[in-house]
Amino acid sequence: MGSCPSVKNILVLDSEGKRVAVKYYSDEWPSVSSKLAFEKSVFVKTQKTSARTEAEVVMFDGYIIVYKFIQDLHFFVTGGDEENELILASVLQGFSDAVGLLLRNNVDKRTALENLDLIFLCLDEVVDGGIVLETDANLIAEKVSGHGLEGAGSFTEQTISQALATAREHFARSLLK
Amino acid sequence: MAQPLVVKKDDDCDEEEYYSPFLGIEKGAVLQEARVFHDPQLDARRCCQVITKLLYLLNQGDTFTKVEATEVFFATTKLFQSKDAGLRRMVYLMIKELSPSADEVIIVTSSLMKDMNSKTDMYRANAIRVLCRIIDSTLLTQIERYLKQAIVDKNPVVASAALVSGIYLLQTSPEIVKRWSNEVQEAVQSRAALVQFHALALLHQIRQNDRLAVSKLVTSLTRGSVRSPLAQCLLIRYTSQVIRESGMNTQGGDRPFFDFLESCLRNKAEMVILEAARAITDLNGVTSRELTPAITVLQLFLSSSKPVLRFAAVRTLNKVASTHPLAVTNCNIDMESLISDQNRSIATLAITTLLKTGNESSVDRLMKQMTNFMSDIADEFKIVVVEAIRSLCLKFPLKYRSLMNFLSNILREEGGFDYKKAIVDSIIILIRDIPDAKESGLFHLCEFIEDCEFTYLSTQILHFLGNEGPKTSDPSKYIRYIYNRVILENATVRASAVSTLAKFGALVDALKPRIFVLLRRCLFDGDDEVRDRATLYIKLLDGEATVGETDKDVTEFLFGSLDVPLVNLETSLWNYEPSEVPFDISSVPKETKSQPLAEKKATGKKSAGPAAVNGPVPTVDASYEKLLSSIPEFASFGKPFKSSAPVELTEAETEYSVNVVKHIYDGHVVLQYNCTNTIPEQLLEEVVVFVDASEAEEFSEVASKPLRSLPYDSPGQTFVAFEKPEGVLATGKFSNILKFIVKEVDSSTGEADDDGVEDEYQLEDFEIISADYMLKVGVSNFRNAWESMDLESERVDEYGLGVRESLGEAVSAVISILGMQPCEGTDVVQNNSRSHTCLLSGVFIGNVKVLVRLSFGISGPKEVAMKLAVRSDDPEVSDRIHEIVANG
Repeated sequence: MGSCPSVKNILVLDSEGKRVAVKYYSDEWPSVSSKLAFEKSVFVKTQKTSARTEAEVVMFDGYIIVYKFIQDLHFFVTGGDEENELILASVLQGFSDAVGLLLRNNVDKRTALENLDLIFLCLDEVVDGGIVLETDANLIAEKVSGHGLEGAGSFTEQTISQALATAREHFARSLLK
Repeated sequence: MAQPLVVKKDDDCDEEEYYSPFLGIEKGAVLQEARVFHDPQLDARRCCQVITKLLYLLNQGDTFTKVEATEVFFATTKLFQSKDAGLRRMVYLMIKELSPSADEVIIVTSSLMKDMNSKTDMYRANAIRVLCRIIDSTLLTQIERYLKQAIVDKNPVVASAALVSGIYLLQTSPEIVKRWSNEVQEAVQSRAALVQFHALALLHQIRQNDRLAVSKLVTSLTRGSVRSPLAQCLLIRYTSQVIRESGMNTQGGDRPFFDFLESCLRNKAEMVILEAARAITDLNGVTSRELTPAITVLQLFLSSSKPVLRFAAVRTLNKVASTHPLAVTNCNIDMESLISDQNRSIATLAITTLLKTGNESSVDRLMKQMTNFMSDIADEFKIVVVEAIRSLCLKFPLKYRSLMNFLSNILREEGGFDYKKAIVDSIIILIRDIPDAKESGLFHLCEFIEDCEFTYLSTQILHFLGNEGPKTSDPSKYIRYIYNRVILENATVRASAVSTLAKFGALVDALKPRIFVLLRRCLFDGDDEVRDRATLYIKLLDGEATVGETDKDVTEFLFGSLDVPLVNLETSLWNYEPSEVPFDISSVPKETKSQPLAEKKATGKKSAGPAAVNGPVPTVDASYEKLLSSIPEFASFGKPFKSSAPVELTEAETEYSVNVVKHIYDGHVVLQYNCTNTIPEQLLEEVVVFVDASEAEEFSEVASKPLRSLPYDSPGQTFVAFEKPEGVLATGKFSNILKFIVKEVDSSTGEADDDGVEDEYQLEDFEIISADYMLKVGVSNFRNAWESMDLESERVDEYGLGVRESLGEAVSAVISILGMQPCEGTDVVQNNSRSHTCLLSGVFIGNVKVLVRLSFGISGPKEVAMKLAVRSDDPEVSDRIHEIVANG
């Protein structure tokens, strides 16, 4: 107590408990094997619950973990057992919503892997070294995609051909829908 | 720019059922691909893909060798040539992930510093975050100017990036970050929510060692300039810290800042409400009037549709129920509906809360609900429930029958070791504390060992059975269960059963001949230990055969407990070197960390709030003893009686950090000063502490042992020894000055200058108090110990303690004056109780055992009176204890 709220890790696992993207901010899990063991126990303990509509919460081994499942992706945010769980929940909400915005609501393992760079950037923008950086999903998504933050300035940085490529992609996608 | 669906272009073969863009990915191949980073014409999109693949590998737990990492790092730095924003983001990420070594960092600093001053906010923010993660303090001074600017940048993202980096840098280069106070203070007033939060966190960390400054900060901010919910949560934490540190010295009246905490309960953001409610429930000695508003908001949360909110509320209320069960009873109806909550964490917390708040009449009904509940929760939750039932049973001893039945039922069901152990421990504690429960409890345990797969539990129960069984009305009925173990179990359990049989034989004369028969059979056991024990016990019980052994010796041998803690015995045995001198068990230090029984009882009702925790209990460290005996000057002093916990003589984060350990001998005191030099550029030599003992008349300095040299960051010790009259409680105050010769150290070569300068450093004073002459030694059964002491040695007197904040405060004050070990958890005072009895035990210098029984009473205007009864091995010491209290 008396210190800054801190997030110990954020995990995105698939429906079998395998890593999609994870980020540890605390050195409580020094080795890869201890990290994997933690992920496994988190996955097993939450597997049977349904955290589809509302975020759920579980406490074990001195950690509080809030989590949410979207399609075949499981999102987890871990904090210490003295932590305010509502702060952790707001981090989870911000992160998972931002992922939703960035993946245009196609939140599933396949889309996530195809756009893994966005997920990594998202993790980078939500928490820095355990300290909450941003919890507003719109702002996080904006920072990741680069829109909004630089405003119109971003276009000058693009070459004409890149702009055309982007346009073509947008067009192709709209046709596919 | 990062674009969605980047990878898809590569493999547009959608026909596969399930595919991953990283299927069959291989490190070597990806590292080959990273060559595109060197292309003169950079393909930004392709580079992005490669970086993503590299990050994916790292994220999956793959590691790069040093060479590979360096290669990737250098290749990545080439990408700064590209102007593509998306690629640049990935480059930043990659650099952070690789965490380059100091000599590599130089390559990117100029690029990053350029980005730090870019017109693009996104570049600025990210470049700051990356740079601060990888640079050292010398480089930091070069960019300090830009960071200060960034803190007050009008773009919140940039400001936050700089502030968060500041929090990180504070750990490595505190002196630089502390110079940013003004800018950080300005940022606290920012209108952007997150900037406010980050600035507040940094500002507090800069000032955390300065209580006054923190208090001022809280005072100014609680007036309402903080709006961001996260920042408000922080402020609430800092406020409760200030309240805690301001202590109890506000006589009655309103608590400072309580209004602020209460107003936060009406905040819009739920996280702030929760934080405030928790802060209030955690307040030291919180009154029910203060609790009410917090409980009310938490009660609303209980019926929320959000699981996290329900969990948060029930978790907090559960904690409150341990100390203020009455305050929580209003929520009982909401709690009961939570027993069927989907989330089992919530359900378990609700059940245990109800068990804590329940009254005698509701116990049976609750037990009925529990039976269904237990079958569908995990072991770890069951343990929580068992512990709650144990404390409930201790609270309502009349209800032991239904609770004991419940415990024995769940003992028969499936479960892991920890769960079974919790149940067995509970039953044992109930048997010990509720005499009526003894027979049925022992019977349940006997049933259990008939079919128990855990050796540890079997032996534990057998041992307990041996102590308690013979004292029951019909001891013979247990023999069957015990002898069955000898026939059916493994060697460890068999040996334990033999010991138990012997105990029955020793105490119950009627059974003796039959026990002999059984023990003789054990002489043919296949295991050495079992046979040895049987032989030993047959000899022992066959009293007539051995000369000099009386019945008393036999019982002493069988039932006498080891009066030294096993941990200490173990370390002493490790230190023992085989020689002519046999190992002497009386040389093992007896000081323990805490009483096991008191501990077990306390777990059920953990004291709330960090302030309720006693100071760390000193233990005689075997390493001290070794250190001291290696110094010839002190060899003549004998064995140290006690070594105190280190007392800090310097503030945190000063140039030299010094603490003192007081070693008390019969006729001497040795002060051990532990010094640490925290300045890399200095080497200290001939370090000595000059002690002024003019305010400690009975002490005279006899020896001093200086420290030859004290290099940076490697602690060293210097000693000063005093003589004091033996048998007198010499106390007094000591002032200290650290004297030394300081030499400059060249940071590049590590060589020290030849010439040094004499210097001195003022340390804080400390005292030797009467508690230093008392060892904290617990007793397992206070009543027995008390009654076995000579009545002649008892001294009783009454004292008025004047007006006190609370009974608890008076109790802990007297405990700390005497420096004795509280027994059976009696150092914890129930809230709002008007009287309290506290049991203390200890060993006074000269190895005199002392027991103290304190009875406290508090009157309306908080006037506390105390009756002190002392018994000890030496009546003079009893008088001494009264003197200590009278002078305290």
